[in-house]
Amino acid sequence: MTAPHNAPTLVLIEDEPQIARFVAMTAEAAGLQCWHAATARQGLVEAGTRQPDLIIMDLGLPDGDGVALIGEIRGFSAVPILVLSARSQEADKVNALDAGADDYLTKPFGTNELMARVRVLLRRHARDSQGGIAALALGDVSVDLVARSVTRAGQPVHLTPTEYRLLATLIRHAGKVLTHRQLLLEVWGPAYVEHSHYLRIYMGHLRQKLEADPARPAHLLTESGVGYRLVI
Amino acid sequence: MQASRPDPDQLLAQLRAETPDRGRLKIFFGANAGVGKTFAMLQQAQRQRADGVDVLVGLVETHGRVETAALLDGLAVLPRATLQWRGHAVTEFDLDTALARAPQLILVDELAHSNVPGSRHARRWQDVEELLAAGIDVYTTINVQHLESLNDVVGSLTGVRVRETVPDHVFDAATEVALVDLPPDELLQRLREGKVYLADAAERAREHFFRKGNLIALRELALRRTADRVDADLRRTPAVGVAPGETLAVAVLPGPAGELLVRHAARLAARLKTDWFAVVVETPALLRDATQHASAQQHLHLASTLGAETALLSGMDSAQTLALWCADRGVGILLLGQPPRRGWQRSLASRIAQHAPQLAVQTIAIDPPAATPWQLQRQLRRRWTGVAWALGAAVVSTLLAQQLSRVFDLANVIMLYLLAVLLVSVRFGRLAGGLASLLSVAAFDYFFVPPTLSFTVADTQYLLTFAVMLTVALTLSQLSARLRFQADAATGRERRTAALYALARALAGALMREQVTEIALAHLAPRFNGQVGLALPTLDEQLQQGGGMALDLAVADWVYRHGAEAGHGTDTLPAAQAFYLPLTAPMRVRGVLALQPRGEIDTEEQRFLQTCAAQIGLALERVHFVEVAQNALVSMEGERLRNHLLAAISHDLRTPITVLLGLASTLTESPYAAPPARAIAQQLTGEIRRMSDLVNNLLDMARLQAGEVQLRMDWQSVEELVGASLRALELRLEQHPVALEIPAGLPLVECDAVLMERVLVNLIDNAIKYTPFGTPITLRAQALPAQMLIEVADTGPGLPAGQEDALFQKFVRGQVESNTSGVGLGLALCRAIVEAHGGTISARSTAGAVTGATFRIVLPRRELPPLPDLESPLQ
Repeated sequence: MTAPHNAPTLVLIEDEPQIARFVAMTAEAAGLQCWHAATARQGLVEAGTRQPDLIIMDLGLPDGDGVALIGEIRGFSAVPILVLSARSQEADKVNALDAGADDYLTKPFGTNELMARVRVLLRRHARDSQGGIAALALGDVSVDLVARSVTRAGQPVHLTPTEYRLLATLIRHAGKVLTHRQLLLEVWGPAYVEHSHYLRIYMGHLRQKLEADPARPAHLLTESGVGYRLVI
Repeated sequence: MQASRPDPDQLLAQLRAETPDRGRLKIFFGANAGVGKTFAMLQQAQRQRADGVDVLVGLVETHGRVETAALLDGLAVLPRATLQWRGHAVTEFDLDTALARAPQLILVDELAHSNVPGSRHARRWQDVEELLAAGIDVYTTINVQHLESLNDVVGSLTGVRVRETVPDHVFDAATEVALVDLPPDELLQRLREGKVYLADAAERAREHFFRKGNLIALRELALRRTADRVDADLRRTPAVGVAPGETLAVAVLPGPAGELLVRHAARLAARLKTDWFAVVVETPALLRDATQHASAQQHLHLASTLGAETALLSGMDSAQTLALWCADRGVGILLLGQPPRRGWQRSLASRIAQHAPQLAVQTIAIDPPAATPWQLQRQLRRRWTGVAWALGAAVVSTLLAQQLSRVFDLANVIMLYLLAVLLVSVRFGRLAGGLASLLSVAAFDYFFVPPTLSFTVADTQYLLTFAVMLTVALTLSQLSARLRFQADAATGRERRTAALYALARALAGALMREQVTEIALAHLAPRFNGQVGLALPTLDEQLQQGGGMALDLAVADWVYRHGAEAGHGTDTLPAAQAFYLPLTAPMRVRGVLALQPRGEIDTEEQRFLQTCAAQIGLALERVHFVEVAQNALVSMEGERLRNHLLAAISHDLRTPITVLLGLASTLTESPYAAPPARAIAQQLTGEIRRMSDLVNNLLDMARLQAGEVQLRMDWQSVEELVGASLRALELRLEQHPVALEIPAGLPLVECDAVLMERVLVNLIDNAIKYTPFGTPITLRAQALPAQMLIEVADTGPGLPAGQEDALFQKFVRGQVESNTSGVGLGLALCRAIVEAHGGTISARSTAGAVTGATFRIVLPRRELPPLPDLESPLQ
C-alpha cells in the first residue's frame, strides 16, 4: 500500500500466518507490493490476476501439492518463483526446481538471506526480459558468450567443448539453482540424465580452471543434494 | 516329453550340491597302498599354493619316505592334537583348530581312519564332512578296499578284510576323484625296494595280499569304481529319472547272510542308479530271539550307511507282509536270501510271487543260519521250560480230572485238557502247546478210556475222539500263540500312538516356550524310563539349558549347528552320556533334546523319539512365529506413533523458530532500532540459529534411529562436499584459518551428499566450538584402494584421554562442565550417518608439542564405472 505504483509486485503463498506476516513485512520494507494467499487455490488465482514480478511460496500447503501448483503457474507465466521449504526435504526441492521453480530458501532463514534471493531473482527477471547476457566477469575470469572465449587474467583459458557448454548453461541461468537433471539434460542430452558423476567430474574441471581456490569456490557453488548455482 | 523334463527336487539338490558355501572334496583314489596317493596329493597342493591358494596340511602320513616329505616344503602344517587314551598319549587330526584357522584348502590323508575314542567323531570322514560344511576345500586319499560297498569283495578276493570303511555316499558326493594308478609290476618292484609302507594287518598278509593276481583284480576294481563315478557324473545332467517299478528293496535276514545281502543290494542299486530300501520283517520268531533281532538291526544300520532307506515291518507271515509293503512303496525288484529248502516248505520267493505276481523277485543262495552254542543253549533252556510246563499241565489236568470223573462225564474231562493246552500255548508258544496236546491225548487214553491204565482202546469210537481232540488242541495252540503275538505288537503300537497323540494334543495348547519345554519333559521322561533334558537357543543363537536333566552343552551345540544326532549310541561324540537329537522344524532346528535311558533303546523306540522331537520342534516353531507376529504388531504400532511424533515435532518446532529468526533478523536490520537493541537482536539471531541446528540434529538422529532415512547414494566429489560444508559455516569460520589437503584428481566416492555434508559440518563446527579463536582447522582427504579417508583435524586442547570412543555416544561431551553449547548429539549423529554408509568414524588426540584432535571418517569405496568418451556425447 505504501509502495509506489511502479513497485515490483510479490505474491506470497504461505499458510502459516506468522511466517507470512514477517515475510510480507520484510518485502514491503524493501519496497515491494505484496499480495498474500493462504492456500494453493487462492495462490493460483492471485498469480493469474496480479501479474506479479515474483512469487514466494511454501511447498507444504494445506490444500494441495506445491510442486503441482508450480507446474500450473508455469503453464501461463515465466515469473520467478522462490520456494520456502524445510531442511531434509531435498527431494521436494529438486522436484520443485525441476517443475520450474527458480530458487529455494531453507527454513529458518533471516531477512537478509530472504532479501538477497529476492533481489537476485528480480534482477534476473528484468535481465531475461531484456534478452540475456552476452559477456560477464567472474573475478579475474571473463567470459564472452558471443565470441565463445574465456580468459583468466588476460590469458586465454582452454575449455573442452563439454566444459564450455556446461559453463554457458550455468551463465545463461546465472543466480538460479540448476538441478543435476536440468544440467545433464541441457549439456549432455536426455540419455544422460542418470549419469550425475559426469557432472561432478566436469564441474571439478571447471573449478580447477576458473576458481582461485577450487575447494572453496566463489562462483561455481554446490547445493548439496540439489544441484549447482553460478553466482556472479 | 514328460520324461525329459528334469525333476525340480533333483535340480534343487544339484544346485545345493553346487552352492559355493560348501567346500569341494577331491579324493585321490588308489587300488592299493604304495601307489603314490599322498605323493600325488602333495604335488597338487604345491601347485595350488603356487597359484596363491591358502593351503594347510591338516594331516599327512609320509611313512618316513623322503620324496614325500620333501613335498611338504613350504606348506603350512597343522600341529596334531594330543589325546589321552588308556594312559597313552595319542596324536590325532586337530579338527577344531583347522576349523578356526579356516584355510581355503586343507589336506587330510587317509579318509578311512578311525579316530581315537574321545574325539568328536568316530571316523575321519566325518571330520572331513564338517570341514566341507564349513566351506573349506579338502584333499584326501583312500584305497579301494576301504569303500564300504566293496569291502567284502576285496575281503573275499585277498583274504584280508579291513574294518575301517568309508560310506559310498561320501565317495560319490566328492567333487572330483583322481585315480592314482600304478601298474602291478611297478608296484611289486617298489615293494621289493621297500618303498611301500604297510599297515600291520597288511604286513601279516603281505605274502598273500601282494600276489600279482590280487593286484590286477584290485586295480580293476578301482578302475571300474572310478568309471562308475564318471558315468554318474556324466549322467547327472540331465537328471536320470528312475521309473517307480525299478526301485529296489532287500529283505534283510539276521546273521552273516544278512550283511552279504545288504552289500549285494547296495551294489545292485548303484548299478541301477536307483533308491533302495532295506526291510526287516519282525516275525514272532525273530522277536523271541534277542540275538537274531539285534543282528538284523545291525544290518539295517549298515544299509542306512550305504544309502538305503530302512523299515521295520511286523507281521506273522513274511511273504504277505513283504508283498503288501512292496506294493505300497512301488518297489519293483525284491532281493531275498534263499536258504536251502527244507523238505515240504515252499520257498519264500514262490509265496511272495503268489501275493504279488508283478514283483520281480531275485534270490541269492545263502547258508542256513548256524546258531551259536550259547544261542542253542538259550533256545534249549526256553524249550525245556515249555516242555516242563506242558508235562506239569498234563499231570495237573489228569489229577484234577481223576477227581472230577467221579461226578462228571468223560466229555468234560476232554474240556479240562483243552483248557490246559490253551493256557500252555498262550504262555509258552507253539512247541509247548503241541507237546501239551499230545500228552493230553495220551493221558486221556491211558487214564480214562476203558480199559484204564492201558493205551489199548476197547471202543474204536474213541479213536475218532482222539483225532478230533488232537486237531482241536493243536489248532488252539497255534491260534492262541498267534493271537498273543499280535496282541503284543498291537499293544506296543497302540502305546506309541497314544503317547504321541497325548504329546501332540498337549503341545497344541502351548503358547510359550516354557510351556512347550514343560510339556515335552512331562511326557517324555516317564515314557522312555530315563532322564530327559532340553536345550533351546537364545536370541543370539547360543544354546541354553531349557529344562530337565543337565545337558552337555558342547555336544548339544554340535547337534544344534549340524542338525544331526550325536552322543551315546551314535558315531559322533559317542563318549557323551546321553543321546542327543535335534528338534527339527520345517524352517530350521529349534533346539536339542537329550535322552539318557536306563537301558538300551531299539530302533523302533528311536524312531518314536525322533517323531516326538519333530512334534516338539513344530510346537517351538509355531510359538516362535506367534512371538514374531506379536513383536511385529508392537513395533508397527510403535513406528506409527514415532512417525506421527516426528512429523508433528518437526512442523511445530520449525514454524516458531522460523518466525523467531525472521523477526529477530528484521530487528537487526531495522534502521529504527537503537544500536544496543540491534546488538541484542544480533545475539538473539545467533541463539535461534543454534537452537535450530540442535532441533535439526535431534530430528535427524530420531529419523536415522527409526530407520526412516533412506540413503540417496550417488557419486560425489569430496572436494565439493568439503566446499559446501565450509560455505554453510562461512560466518563462523571467520575466526579460524582453514587448511585443505585434498589432492587434485581425487576419485569420486558413493555417498548421500546431504547427510555427508551434515557430518562434515558437525565435525568442523565441533572444531570451532572446542578450540580457541585463531586455531587452524585442517581438512584432509586421501583415496586408499577400497576406502576413502577424510579427516578433520585441529590444534586445540585435544580430547580427554580414554574418552575417544565415548564421545560418539549420545549426550557425551569432551568437557564435563563447560560453557560451550551443544549436547554432544552432533558426534552421535555423525557416527550414525557414517555407519549407515558402511563406514567408520574415530577420534584421536595428537600428543606432543602440538596438541589437537583428529576425527577420521573411513568410507568404503569402489571404482567408478568406466566412462565412455565424454567429449563426444550424443547430440
